[in-house]
Amino acid sequence: MNHSDIKNIHLLSLKERIFKGLLVFAILTVILIVVALFLTLLINSWPSIKEFGIKFIYTSTWNPVKDQFGALPFIVGTLLTSFLALIICAPFSVALSLYLGEYFKSGLTSTVLQNAIELLAGIPSVIYGFWGLFVLVPIIRSLEMEIGVPPYGLGILSSSLILAVMIIPYSASVSREVISLVPGTLKEAAYSLGATRFEVIKKIILPYTWSGILAGIILALGRALGETMAVTMVIGNTNNLPTSIFSTGNTMASVIANEFTEAQGNIYLSSLIEIGLILFFITMIINFIGKRITKRFTL
Amino acid sequence: MESTVLRTEDFNAFYGDHQVLKKINIKIPRNRIIAIMGPSGCGKTTFIRCMNRIHELTPDAHTGGKIFLDNENINDISPILLRRRVGMVFQRPNPFPTMSIYDNVIAGYKLNGIKLKREERDAIVEEALKGASLWEEVKDTLYNKGTFLSGGQQQRLCISRAIAMKPEVLLLDEPTSALDPISSSKIEDLIYELKEKYTIIIVTHNMQQAARISDKTAFFYLGELKEYGDTKQMFTNPKNEKTQSYITGRFS
Amino acid sequence: MGNNSLGFRKFKDSLFKALVVIFALVTTLPLIFILFYILKQGFSAINWHFLVSLPKPVGESGGGIANALVGTFLIVIVASILAIPVGIGAGIYLSEYKDSRLADWARSGLEVLNGTPSIVLGIMAYLLVVAPVKHFSAFSGSVALAFMMLPVIIRTTEETLKLMPETLKEAALALGTPYYRVILKVILPSGASGIITGIMLSVARIAGETAPLLFTAFGNQFMNYNIFKPTDSLPLLIFNYATSPYDNSHQLAWGASLILVFVILILNIFSKLAVKKWKVQF
Repeated sequence: MNHSDIKNIHLLSLKERIFKGLLVFAILTVILIVVALFLTLLINSWPSIKEFGIKFIYTSTWNPVKDQFGALPFIVGTLLTSFLALIICAPFSVALSLYLGEYFKSGLTSTVLQNAIELLAGIPSVIYGFWGLFVLVPIIRSLEMEIGVPPYGLGILSSSLILAVMIIPYSASVSREVISLVPGTLKEAAYSLGATRFEVIKKIILPYTWSGILAGIILALGRALGETMAVTMVIGNTNNLPTSIFSTGNTMASVIANEFTEAQGNIYLSSLIEIGLILFFITMIINFIGKRITKRFTL
Repeated sequence: MESTVLRTEDFNAFYGDHQVLKKINIKIPRNRIIAIMGPSGCGKTTFIRCMNRIHELTPDAHTGGKIFLDNENINDISPILLRRRVGMVFQRPNPFPTMSIYDNVIAGYKLNGIKLKREERDAIVEEALKGASLWEEVKDTLYNKGTFLSGGQQQRLCISRAIAMKPEVLLLDEPTSALDPISSSKIEDLIYELKEKYTIIIVTHNMQQAARISDKTAFFYLGELKEYGDTKQMFTNPKNEKTQSYITGRFS
Repeated sequence: MGNNSLGFRKFKDSLFKALVVIFALVTTLPLIFILFYILKQGFSAINWHFLVSLPKPVGESGGGIANALVGTFLIVIVASILAIPVGIGAGIYLSEYKDSRLADWARSGLEVLNGTPSIVLGIMAYLLVVAPVKHFSAFSGSVALAFMMLPVIIRTTEETLKLMPETLKEAALALGTPYYRVILKVILPSGASGIITGIMLSVARIAGETAPLLFTAFGNQFMNYNIFKPTDSLPLLIFNYATSPYDNSHQLAWGASLILVFVILILNIFSKLAVKKWKVQF
């Protein structure tokens, strides 16, 4: 081994260490970002938490003038629109997953449908909102006039409808996956006993896959809870507790989107951030539950 | 008197608590072909992977005892330099899929950042491909991707990649086990010629192969070196009963 | 007895299948409606003037989206510069040191990050980048978007590297290559198609995002090339103009929507093609 070899080796091990150092730096950055997320939200919500305490969650006054804030209208708005969206999308999502995972696993219609769903997932939220505002809201408005309800057009119903369309790809993809993975032998055993396809689906496939389907629904819920733009544009942006599906209202995400840049004063901004914190935790818990169910299922 | 290029002293190898090699003492003579044989799980692959310290890549792997290359303890040499002196060819041909044939052969230099002039590189590539009996077949298609060759050609490409580094020792881990009989026999002929320039240690399951090309054979059983001697002598008159059972096919 | 007759069961079977097919196909209707509507409304708005001029003051007709186009481009490029090195580095770490504690923590953290609503990430970027200097900037918007790109890039990088056969790494190491060179010159190039796909997917994900930009990049009616100043972007423009009372603004917003959807579509198609073309066979 000559002198330049030895020098090269030292340089090389320096480069090695720098490289490994950079990798560690990257991974630490990721961890740091998540930690910072918790901390910044918590620290900046603190003034509001200190001021209102637990009342924040069940009070419905939202008064920037008097600096009195309660998040109930928005929590209710979020839960209402999200669950309504889930209910509306459920039959379509189940139908899609059965279509793609059982009836037509391959073929032209299947590919076309698959791509259509991916496209649906790729359309930005703001464009859904735009379309919703100009196409869906007038339709709902005429509907409301027919029924005899105040014809805002905007409101909980419109938001839920748009949300339902937006979350179909998410709930369908997980369900489709688990349905297509049902072992052929199970289905064949049922068929060989003389069952119709519907009976195989009802009695074999769905019981086998229910937790996967549930996981898909929960993940879709997580998505719906945090959806901002489309909802902001069609929900009407009023800070009241919704009394019916035809009411206007706000969700946690939409009130932040609307009022954050105009928030004057420490408590106002802090309350909005606290809403963000609550939204963050609710979404995190829902996603966590969804992942746990998926893990249990795939084991 | 033949000189020794590699030797081990009471060498042990472990994966975690499981001991895979036990007190191996062996001397590998220069410019000879040494066959390493034994039933599955006897430690022969681990043995050669320790020769170029690739064994260290496995988590939980550690060793005891010493290995000397030209009387230098290999643990004192940087693994990077060690691996330039001790080359390896793997069981399944593994040319780099994103590189052409030319780049595959010269990969050892490129990856190490060793700068060469164009003529030097061309000379190394031609010499290595000729040394692996591949030159005639690929000289017009040097810039095609390496993965488009047949299995036997790919393995010869891997051999030329290894010998381009001009190592002292070549470690071959069952190099023909994934190939058809015709390619295998071509590679056996090649290995036989290679011993002029390199010392070759070849792990093989194929007794005919060992008998055909190797000078000495080492028989491993359950991590121990049971017998080591001239190939002809071992195959016709083995001294150890386990060796005898293996050779006569009582277990594999 | 008649309830369980074969005829009735067959009827239920056909009915169910018909329902499944109908409901499944109906889900494409919103897609068709939306795309069709955007095409119809937006097409007439797009011309050269539209693409290169700045917006007119509110209420006046005409104007264009040049500043939003430039802004989107700027914000996305900066976000990519922030996210790609960290993303690929973390992806390499996760595939090389998969059992380490740091890897476990990072994985949990990434799941949380991935599921966080984009507006919450916008709040974080606001608190970290906007609040300390008391002004909005394209850079803060890029930071928020980079947070969203990371989980996608890291996951695809890790998955791609996991698919590499171990023997590839061993072949390079056996030639005496130092570890970092094995990664940079053998492993990464072989995984290039997967990693680039991941990057394109992450860009497609953030290109249409509005919420995180609402109080970071904030918007700007003038042209801006400075990343430390507030900047407009296509989604922001669409949001502001769609909700304004002027018809002219709506027109601009439809044109912008068409362009945005088109760009995202192209990105998604490209990612699919890239995988097919560059996929390395082992």
